[in-house]
Amino acid sequence: MKALWEWLDSRTGIRHLAQEALMEKIPGGARWRYVWGSALTFCLAIQFITGVVLWAAYSPGAKSAWESVFYIQHEMAGGWFLRGLHHYTAQLMVVLLALHLMQVLIDGAYKAPREVNFWFGLALLMVTLGLALTGYLLPWDQKGYWATKVATNIAAITPVFGSQIERLIVGGSDYGNLTLTRFFALHAGILPGAIVVLVAGHIALFRRHGITAKKPFRKPDANFWPDQVLMDAVAALAVVLTAVSLTVYFRGAELSAPADPSEPYSAARPEWYFLFLFQFLKYFPGGTEVWGAIIIPSGVLGVMALMPLLGQWKLGHRFNLGFVGAILVGALFLTFEAKLQDSRDPECRKAVEKAHRDSERAVELAKSPTGIPEGGAALLLRRDPLTQGPRLFAQHCAGCHRFDGHDGLGNTLQEAASAPDLKGFGSREWLSGLLDPDRVATAHYFGGTKFKDGKMVRFVQQKVAKYSEAKRADLAKVILAVSAEAALPLQAELDVRDRALIEEGRTLARESVNCTDCHQFRKPDEDATAPDLTGWGSREWLVAIIGNPAHTRFYGKRNDRMPAFAETGQLDVEKIGTLADWLRGDWYRAAAR
Amino acid sequence: MKEAAAVAIGGAATLVPVASGLLVWLDPLNSGGGEGQSSFSRITGLESLPADGVPRKFTVIADRQDAWTKNPKVPVGAIYLSRSAKGDITAFQSICPHAGCFVEYRPAKNEFFCPCHNSSFAADGTIKDPKSPSPRPMDTLAVEIRGNEVWVRFQNFQAGHREKIPTA
Ligand code: FES
Repeated sequence: MKALWEWLDSRTGIRHLAQEALMEKIPGGARWRYVWGSALTFCLAIQFITGVVLWAAYSPGAKSAWESVFYIQHEMAGGWFLRGLHHYTAQLMVVLLALHLMQVLIDGAYKAPREVNFWFGLALLMVTLGLALTGYLLPWDQKGYWATKVATNIAAITPVFGSQIERLIVGGSDYGNLTLTRFFALHAGILPGAIVVLVAGHIALFRRHGITAKKPFRKPDANFWPDQVLMDAVAALAVVLTAVSLTVYFRGAELSAPADPSEPYSAARPEWYFLFLFQFLKYFPGGTEVWGAIIIPSGVLGVMALMPLLGQWKLGHRFNLGFVGAILVGALFLTFEAKLQDSRDPECRKAVEKAHRDSERAVELAKSPTGIPEGGAALLLRRDPLTQGPRLFAQHCAGCHRFDGHDGLGNTLQEAASAPDLKGFGSREWLSGLLDPDRVATAHYFGGTKFKDGKMVRFVQQKVAKYSEAKRADLAKVILAVSAEAALPLQAELDVRDRALIEEGRTLARESVNCTDCHQFRKPDEDATAPDLTGWGSREWLVAIIGNPAHTRFYGKRNDRMPAFAETGQLDVEKIGTLADWLRGDWYRAAAR
Repeated sequence: MKEAAAVAIGGAATLVPVASGLLVWLDPLNSGGGEGQSSFSRITGLESLPADGVPRKFTVIADRQDAWTKNPKVPVGAIYLSRSAKGDITAFQSICPHAGCFVEYRPAKNEFFCPCHNSSFAADGTIKDPKSPSPRPMDTLAVEIRGNEVWVRFQNFQAGHREKIPTA
C-alpha cells in the first residue's frame, strides 16, 4: 500500500497537492463564521450531481419539456425527490450567497489585497442568479413561461441593443423550441462552465491571500484539516438536511400546467428571491420602467463593484456596510410588500387556486390511461371537458343559461337567467324538476324563455298538476326512461339497475303520459313538433342541438333566441363536443385512491 | 518575433471554432426566422360579439413555425374583441405592453387589469390609472370583417416602449 502511494506521489506529486489543499493555516483556529463559502461549494456539488441526472431524463422542446419533467416528477422512482433537492438547494444557495456576502463585508474580507476576489464573488452571484432564472423556464409550465417572459421583456428595454439581446436570449421573436434549447444550453453548459472557472479562481485567490481571520483570536492557530473541514462538513449536512426537509415538506418542486400562450396565468410571479425586483417595477409609471428595471439595479451593482476600493477608508467601509444593509432591508421590504399585496387581492388568490387546479388536473390527465398525446401536454387541458367546459359555458352560454345558478366558473351574474339552468341536464333530477308544476315556469327551467306560456309548461301546470297517484307513478317511470336516453356516465349504474322500469317507462311515454303527442320518441315521427326525445341529453343530441337548435329535430321555427353555434361558426364541433361532455359530467376521473 | 507569431497563429487557430460558434449563436438575429405571424386569422362569427362594447376574450388559432416544427392551427395567443353600439369592432392584444403578462378583463370595473405590476386600462384600451407602469395603451390589432366573420391580424409587439413596434 505504502509503496503504491510512494509511486503515485513520485509520478503526480499528489502528496504535496493534498498537503497544500488541506494544511492551510487558520489563524485563531477554525470558526463557524468561515463555513459559508464551503457550504456554497457543497451546494454547487449537489446541483451538479442532481442536475446531471435530471439532464439525463430532461428533453428541451416545446412538446417535450413539460412532458419529460412530468415523467421525472411522477413516474420515475425518486424523481420528485431528486428534482425537489435540485430546486430547494438552488433556493438555499441564494440565502447562503447573501450570508456569505454579509460575512465578507462585515469581516472586511473584501478589502485590499482581496479586491479581485470580491469581484469574482460578485460575478459568481450573478451567474448563480442566471442559473436560477434559466432553470425556472425549463419545465415549460405556465408559471415558468409567464414569469420568464417578464424577465426577457425587461432585457429588451436595455438601451440601444435591447431587442437584439432579447432575440438572442429567446432564440427568435417568440418563445418556442429554441428558447428552451438556448436556456438549457445556458443552464446546463455555459453558466455551470462559468461557475467552475469562477469558483476555481475564487478559491485560488482566497488561498493566495489567506483567510481574513476575525480578531480577537480565542484559540490557537489550527489547520484547515481537520478542524475547519469538520465544521464545513457539519454545515454541509445542515444544508442537505434543510433541502431534504423542504423537499419532503412541499412534496417536491411544483410543476404547474403546461405552458400555453393563449391561456392566461394571472398567478405569474418570479421565484421569491426575484420578487423584490418584480415589486420594484410597480413604482415606475409608464416610460420610466428602464430606471427600475435596468439603470438602478445596474447602479447598485456598480457601487458594489467599487466597494473594495471604497473600503480602504474607514468611512468607506462604513458606507459599504450601510449601503448593502439598506439594499437588503429594501429588498426585504419589497418582497414583503409584494406578498402582502397578493394576499390582499382576492383576484390573485383566485388565480392561484385556478393555477393549482389546472396543474393537478394536467397531471391527473397525463397519468390517465390515454396519457400525453403526441401533440404535447398542452392538449391535455385544452381538450379536457372539466377544464374547458366551464370556460366555454361562461363565454358562450351564460349570457342566457346558468349552471347551478352561476356562469359555469362560479361567478354569480347580475342579470336574471333567461334560459334553463343546465346543471345536471339529462339527469333524473333535472327532468323531474321540469315536470314539476311548481318549477317548470321558474327561471330554472322555462321561466325566462318564450316557452313559459308554451305547450309544455301548460301541459305540466294543467295536466301533470292534476295527475292521480297512479299517473304520477307512470310519470316517474317515464322520467327514468327519458333520462336513460342521455346515458349519463354518472347515472350508468342506476340505469342498469332500473332496466325493467325504464322499459316500462318507454311504453308509458307513449300510452299514458302522451309525450309522443308532440315529441318524437324512439320511433320516427314526421309530425313531431317538439324536440326529439330519442337520445335526449346524449352527447350526439347535445352536439346537434347546440349546433343548430332551429333544426326540425329540435325547436324548428319556434326556436327562441338560442344561436346555432355550429352553423354560424361560433364554435367548432370539437368545442361543442367538449361543452356537451362537460354538461353530461363526462370526463376522465382518476380512480379513487 | 517568435512571440508575435505564436500569438497570431494560436489566435487564428482559436478563431475558427469561436467565430463559427458565434455565427450560429447569433442566428436568431436574422429577422423573421419564419415566425412572422402577420397574416389574418379567423377569430369568430359576428354573432358571438354583441354590440355592447364589452371586451370578450378569444383564442387566436394560426399556423406556427416553431424553429424546426411546423404547428398547423395551434393557439398562438389570445385577444380581446369588443363591438361598440355603433358596430365598430376593436381587437386588443391580450399581452401587456409593460412586460408581457396576460392582461385580464375585469367586468366589475369594466377595465383591463394586468395582474403583474397593476397596469390598468379602460375598456377602450387607454391607460386608466396614470401610475400604471405600462408605457402605452393596450395594443390594438387590425380587424377585417369578411362576410359574417371577424378576422384579425395577430401580432406581438415589443414590450416596454412607448411606440408599438411589432416583433419578428
Ligand atoms: S406586465 Fe403588465 S403591468 Fe407589468
